[in-house]
Parts: sequence; structure tokens; C-alpha cells
Amino acid sequence: MIDTLRLTAEEAAGLLERGEVSPAELHRAYLDAAAERNDELNAYLCTVDDGAHGATSVPIAFKDIVSTKGVETTAGSKILAGYRPVFDATVAARCKDAGLALIGKTNMDEFAMGSSTENSAYGPTRNPWDPTRVPGGSSGGSTAAVAAGLAPWALGSDTGGSIKQPAALCGVVGLRPTYGAVSRYGIVAFASSLDQIGPVAKTVRDCARLYEIIAGRDPCDTTTVELPEPVAVPDAGDLKGLRIGVPTELNEAEGIEAGVREQVGHALDLARDLGAEIGECRLPRSVEYGLPCYYLIAPSEASSNLARYDGVRYGLRSTPNGDVRAMYDRTRHDGFGDEPKRRIMLGTYALSAGYYEAFYGQAQKVRTVIRDEHAAAFEQFDVLVSPTSPTVAFELGARTADPLAMYAADLLTIPSNLAGLPGLSIPCGLSNRLPVGLQLIGRQFSENLLFRAGHALERALEFDFVPERYR
Amino acid sequence: MSAWEPVIGLEIHVHLKTRTKMFCRCPVAYFEPPNTQTCPVCLAMPGSLPVPNRKAVEWTILLGLALGCEIAPRAIFHRKNYFYPDNPKGYQISQYDEPLCVNGKVLVPGADGDAEVGIVRAHLEEDAAKTVHVGGAEGRIHGAESSLVDFNRAGTPLVEIVTAPDLRSADEAKRFLQLLRQTVVELGISDAEMEKGSMRFDVNVSVREVGETEFRTRTELKNMNSFNFAAKGIEREITRQVGIYEAGGTVEQETLHFDPGNESAAPLRSKEEAQDYRYFPEPDLVPLQPDRELVGRLRGELPERPWERIRRLETEVGLTLAEGLVTSGRDELYSRIPGERDAVANVVMNELAATGIDPAAVHAEELGKVIAARAGIPRSAFAEALAASGSEGFSADRYLAEAAIADVGELDPVIDRILGQNQQQVEAYRGGKEGLLGFFVGQVMKETGGKANPKVVNERVREKLKA
Amino acid sequence: MAISRDEVLHVARLARLELGEDELERFAEQLNAILEAVGKVAELDLEGVEPTAHPLDLMNVWAEDEPRPCLSVDEALANAPDREGGSFRVPAA
Ligand SMILES: [Mg+2]
Ligand SMILES: [Zn+2]
Repeated sequence: MIDTLRLTAEEAAGLLERGEVSPAELHRAYLDAAAERNDELNAYLCTVDDGAHGATSVPIAFKDIVSTKGVETTAGSKILAGYRPVFDATVAARCKDAGLALIGKTNMDEFAMGSSTENSAYGPTRNPWDPTRVPGGSSGGSTAAVAAGLAPWALGSDTGGSIKQPAALCGVVGLRPTYGAVSRYGIVAFASSLDQIGPVAKTVRDCARLYEIIAGRDPCDTTTVELPEPVAVPDAGDLKGLRIGVPTELNEAEGIEAGVREQVGHALDLARDLGAEIGECRLPRSVEYGLPCYYLIAPSEASSNLARYDGVRYGLRSTPNGDVRAMYDRTRHDGFGDEPKRRIMLGTYALSAGYYEAFYGQAQKVRTVIRDEHAAAFEQFDVLVSPTSPTVAFELGARTADPLAMYAADLLTIPSNLAGLPGLSIPCGLSNRLPVGLQLIGRQFSENLLFRAGHALERALEFDFVPERYR
Repeated sequence: MSAWEPVIGLEIHVHLKTRTKMFCRCPVAYFEPPNTQTCPVCLAMPGSLPVPNRKAVEWTILLGLALGCEIAPRAIFHRKNYFYPDNPKGYQISQYDEPLCVNGKVLVPGADGDAEVGIVRAHLEEDAAKTVHVGGAEGRIHGAESSLVDFNRAGTPLVEIVTAPDLRSADEAKRFLQLLRQTVVELGISDAEMEKGSMRFDVNVSVREVGETEFRTRTELKNMNSFNFAAKGIEREITRQVGIYEAGGTVEQETLHFDPGNESAAPLRSKEEAQDYRYFPEPDLVPLQPDRELVGRLRGELPERPWERIRRLETEVGLTLAEGLVTSGRDELYSRIPGERDAVANVVMNELAATGIDPAAVHAEELGKVIAARAGIPRSAFAEALAASGSEGFSADRYLAEAAIADVGELDPVIDRILGQNQQQVEAYRGGKEGLLGFFVGQVMKETGGKANPKVVNERVREKLKA
Repeated sequence: MAISRDEVLHVARLARLELGEDELERFAEQLNAILEAVGKVAELDLEGVEPTAHPLDLMNVWAEDEPRPCLSVDEALANAPDREGGSFRVPAA
């Protein structure tokens, strides 16, 4: 009997190597777990029963934003209901080549627009630690699936914090890679200059292994590059020589819960014990202007990226009487939920004649400022740390009426994303019996260093990733 | 009544004849069954991403250089956002305020000096799909019940060339377009075939009183795909606008859509609704920074420009023939054929052009000999010579051998014999029946198997009959 | 009001989004709140600061002009809401 709640991907690979289970049995075990717990959690939008065909390794779950040949890919939207891609995303192909069987496609905020997975057209995903609460988002389906043992690991996507934040709220490990490290080809686009695909897993080592499979230049994505150094799966237990910067504004921003600050403080004490030098640094404008900057750039790009959903070639088509324009207007009215509509309109407005310079143009300059502030901080430090999310998982419905309150959930993850930097979130304890996430930010392409630091802290923290209610 | 001056600007789109599309590696292919030349990228399937075609970038730079443009040290692609079924992504990847080529200049040789036409920009973009309107008035923009979309053409590399409003007549515009077409054809970057739609252009027309410095409201003639068609349309529009102003009216900004398939169809007028394309830098692509060495190399490889060649040839054969030779791509052949220049130019432009022989295949040296001997060769023989001038082992000798017998020493005995054999007719002629002259000449020609020079025979027979 | 009801309608038209009365009301209100928040970027004087369009400083990334296999017509039209023969069919354009 395989305990999918405890089994890490690395351990699962061990079982396969020693021939104790077959890839198909392993795949089946996760399908059974899903059959048992998915009705409550709604982490999977669909599962792939014959997914183990040709598999040789540990199975995996994909956020439904990843195009999978022949398997419905909706990006959590009604407008893509029934859409079956005729091609695999590059990351899906790389997982296939590595022998990873697809367990299923996980739930998400529609077009990755959200921080709670409540914006899915297919109902919200619930947090395995407390089903009355959200798993975070937009990759809440992937993080919930891993936390609840419905998948050993999974792929998520992160634009403003959509891997890091739900990983924190679900008590799992999530990496948002350096922009350009992982191919976006076949990933349903939200905001092209920010979107990145990344691994979600129970441990930092698993994260590193999955990252190794998906990362590297893809000729189909001109914004990708070859990794400067091979991925190193970490095992060092110390942090000797590591200079950790604690950005004041990221750690003292208003809205950070006391319990969250406490657990992060505890993690920093452990880091010091492990030999890290810890010092303060500043990111004043990054934190103050990051959110506004992000909510101009991301919606602007989204308004253009979502223009292709017009009912002509795929997806939903509503046909009122009238010409093709009437078809567009009705199709997009019926197919998009409120959040995409809000962002499409916000972005369209920000790009429209007379407003471009004041909004999009200005936001791109703010981005330069944020980039420079981070570069300055990294002259003194190797890694910057902060809480991943100001709060632990909040209750379903708590923020749905107030978009701005929802947007604030990404306050701490957005600045480094705008700078194109990698970020790792690891669980660092509980507050009110809910997981707290620690965010580690590195220089561009310093994932190996993040893995090393994350792994050492993970061992020292001894966090039990199995939700209490399942133990 | 005041004198009116037309102000004309052009926007030309030319397909590049690369093997593959601009942002995906589907073949650029014409006349294939619908949607057989597509992929996730040119169908704008979710998650697909563009990858620029290196050759298309190089060719755009090459054209820019030929048009005397500055090549930008850094160029970027922008998204031009608008909804239409032939625009799969909902945006066209084009260039906006940082195009590859700017500030060029083309000279249109004219009877009284060169017309200098500024090239504002030449940029790279992608073509749209083809929409066929069915159920209603065929192929018209309105009145259709539904439209069928074929994405084979979607993503074909397009260079857009925008001129300053420097053209002052329909004829000048037409001659500029011919020069531009010849330029891209000679660079080998496009076949610029209007029937195929691989060259299309929009024309902006306004008029103003001579001496006026401001521009007046312009109208746009869209979808032109024939030079004469464009010239006609421009003329028509100039007359219309002048008419309106002289009647004290005002010209409204509007667009005239022409039906490329049906030149006789009247254009559809549509108010220019203010578009808002929301241009912004294409985040899926990175900047272009043309390699200075490449630019230098391309500049070095540039052939002499058509308008320069026209001026050179003008001194030999005059402007009209020179322009005709160059814009028809026959001046190279003309230059290869030795002999009296006007005669050669005329043969090349007229008789030879009519044969449809590939100019490159013509044996110039030999043809030159035939042209030089033209006066002495029977018309039929000359025609045969032209027809054969492009084929294997064509040699002038055979046709020169047919040169007419003009040598009196050779002709006189024949004439004397003919006259001797037809005494009655000789008498009749001398009696005043001068119409019989033709009879004698005919006989002589018959005797000589048509090789005698009729002019000479005429003179000799007349003289002999006088005696 | 940073954005008027008419502007919301104009933007919806540009974005080809049909909006019901209720949505119009709701979105106008929410967009105003959001625009007020994001308008904060205007506080910074960034005269002369270069915009960042991309986190990476890459340039000249392209592909050689060599054809790759296309999709079959049936793959191309596999998800088409409406087709006629090998073409996508849409209401009159
Ligand atoms: Mg254009
Ligand atoms: Zn293609």
C-alpha cells in the first residue's frame, strides 16, 4: 500500500528503481487518492486514467494552463471548455520524454488571474489543511493536489506569485524560476513578460529534480536561455558563507500577520544557527510601487493575449443574430468570468490612446527602478528572504467582493517577479494550524543557491507537510 | 479658377519570398488548399509563440539600403491590436516607433528632372489570413451571410514601405510604383506579382491650391493591385476633390475600398472610424540589433538602382525607352546587344518583347548582327531570327544568308531575260500601261526566289523600260 | 470618477466585450477603485529612466528559414466551432 500523502517524488523514484512498484501502479495509487479526496478539494479538473502508458518514472500533475495534446486544456475558463490541444507544451513534452505519466490537469484561477483559485469557472479548490479556506492561487489546484497526496509533484505557473503564494498556503515547496529559464511554449498566456512555469513539490530536492527536467533553452520560445550551470540537487545541511538579506519593507509591510512574522523570524534564527550571515536591506520603491506597476503591466499584456479567444478557431462560440462582431462580443461576454473581464478592460484602457504613457509607459519605467533596487541589494547579499504571503490561508469568499483586497495577497511576491528574479517558497511552520511560507529570492539564474539554502532550512525546520487532518 | 496641385503618398506591402513564414516555419505557399499550410503559431492556438525568420530580417535591411534608408541600430516588434477573423491572435505583429529602416529616398526620373520621393520607413510585419465572403454578393466586403477563413497566408512576411506625400501626379505615382517593384524583383527578395497579391498598395490623395503649404483632408484608396488601376483611381479622386472644392464644398476623410478581383466595380466608401490599435512592444519577442558588419556587407552587394540606370540609358535612347527598358527588366539584354542603340532598344522593347523569349537566354552578339542587317533581310526572315534568338546555337549567318540580292550586276541579266520573254507587255507599258510595272517586278522576284531587293528591282526595270 | 461610464463602454467596445447593465455599473465602480490604486505610479518622477520591456537583455533571437511540417487540415480544424470543408466558417465579416 503506497502512502501518497508521505511519499516524496524522490522516494517514489526509489520504489521504481528497486522494482517495488511499477509506473502504472504508482500512477494508479495517485488516481485512487484523487478518487478519495478530490470531490472535497476540487484540485483536479480532470484525471487521465490511461496516463501511465509508456511511463517509466514518477507521475505528475499539470496546472490546466499547460497544453496537453489530446487532453482538455481550459486554463480554468469556460471560453476554452472542450478545447483539446493538437500539440504538447514544451514542458509537457519534456516531462513525457523523462517518462513522467500525467495524472491529471489541476484547477486554477481563470487564465491564472487570481490568488485563491476561486476565479475558476469550474468551482473553487479547497485547502487540504482546512477545506473552508482557499489554497491560494492561481496554481491552487497544483499545490492542493501535492499537499493532499493526489500527486507527488506538479507544474504550476507564476506571473505575480501564483506558484509561491499557493505553495505557502498549502504547506508545500514551490519555485518560480528566473524569467527565461523555462519555456512558455504551449502555456496559455496571461502576461508574457512575467509568466513562468515552475515546479511544486513536497521537498526542495524534488523541486530541483523537476526543475532540471523542464528548464533550459527552447527554440520555440525566443525569451528562453540555456542555464549557465547544470541544476544541482542539494544536500548540504549548512548555510556557511551565505549572506541573507532581510528587506525591511518586505518583512514589515502592513498586513503581515503576527503569526506569519513569528514563523519567519524562527526560520531566520535557524538560518543563523546554520552559519548564514544575516543583515537588513531596503527595497522601498519596489514594495510601494510593485503592486500598482504589476497591475498595469500584467492586465495590459493580458488584454492583448486574451484577444485570440474570439470564437473563430477553437473554444466557445456564442452566435446571436448579426455579423462577426456580434459573435465576438457575445462569445467573450459569455466565455470570460469577471476577473478576466476586469483585467481585459483595465489593460485595454491602460494601452489606449492618451493613457499609454501615463500608465503602461510609466509602469515599464517603474519596473526598471525595481530591477535596480534588487540589483543593489544583491551586491551585499546572496539571498533575500521574507514571508511569501502576508497571511495564512483565508476563508473562501472572504475577498471575492473586493478585487483590491485579493490583489494584496501578492504584495510580497510581485516585486521580485517584476525584476525577473527566481523565488522559492518553503513551508516554515504553522500559524493558527495553517502553513506559513518563507520566500527566498535569488539573483537571476541562481536557482542552485536557492535550492541549497531551501534544503538546509527545510531540514532544520522539520516541517511535516502532511496536513494534520490526514495524519 | 485656381490651379490645383495633387498631393499623393503611398503605402506599399510586399510579400518576401522566403521559404517559410515570418514567425513560424510553415512554408510560404500560394494556391494550396485552405488551411494546409498552418501550425499552432499561425493559427494562434493558446500558448503558441512567434520565432522571427532571420532571412526576412536580412532582406528587409537589404531593401532598406536599396531605398537609401538608415538601418536602425536597434529595432523592435510591436503588437497592433484589432479584431478581425483574418487576424488570429487579435493583434498583428508589426513595427511601430522603432522600425528597421527609416529616412530613405527614391528618385523618379522625369522629363524635367528627378522627382525626389522620401521613404518615411520600411518595416517588417506579418500578413493576415484570407477571408472569402460567401452567401451574399461574392467577394464583396458587405452583403455576405458568412465568411470562410483560410490561414495559409497568415504570417507571410510583409515589408511595408511608407512614402512621404511627395508625389504630385497619378503618372508620377505609377512610375514610382514601377521602380519600387523593379527594385524588389532585382534584389531577389520578392516576386511582387500583383495578381498573386504579393504586392499591394494603398494610396493617400489630397489636393491643394498651388502655393499652399498645408495639406488638406486626404482620402485613402485601399487594396490597389494594378498600376494602371491605381493611376485611374487617383485621377478620378483628384478630379472629384477639385470638383468639390470648386463647388465650395469640403472633402471628407474617408476610405475607398477597391475590389482587387474586379477593377470595374465601383469602390465602397467608408467613413474613417478613428481606430485605436493600442500598440505596445511585443513581449514574446526580443529586440533586433542589426549587425553592423552584415549591414556593411549588404550595402556593398547592392546593384545599381533602377532609377540610376534609367538616367544612364537616357543619354543613349531617351527617357521613355530607357524607363521602359529598366522597368520591364529588359535593359540588361539591351546592353548586351551591340549595334545602333535606338534600333536595338526598339527591337528589344517591341518585337522581341512580343515573342516572350526570356531576355537572359537571348544570344545578344548574334542577334545584334541580324538587327544591323535588318534593312536587307526579308521581314519574314527577320521575324524568324527573333523567334530563334533564344534557342540553342542560334547564329546570325543563316538569316544574313537571306540578305536580298541588290547587286545590279547580278540582277540585270535576269531583268533583261524577263523583258525579252514578254515583248507584248513591254510594248503595252511603253504605250502607257504603267500598271504593268508590278508584273515585271513580280516575275523578277519569282526568278530570284524572293531574294531580290524589290526597291532595286523596281528602279532597274523602270530604267530599262524607258530605253 | 477617474473613468466615466462612457469610457467603460468605449473600452468594452475596443475589447469586444458585451456588457450587461449590471456589469457596466459594477465594473465602472471597480475599475475606478483599481485605477486610483495603480495611478500611484504617476507619483514617481522617472524622467530619463529607460523602460524595462523585458527582464532579460536578449537580442537577435531568430530561426533559419527552413520549413517544418505543418498540421493536417483536420488537426488545424479539430477545435473549430464551425467549418465548411477545409475552412473555418464565421458569421459575415
Ligand atoms: Mg501594414
Ligand atoms: Zn505556421
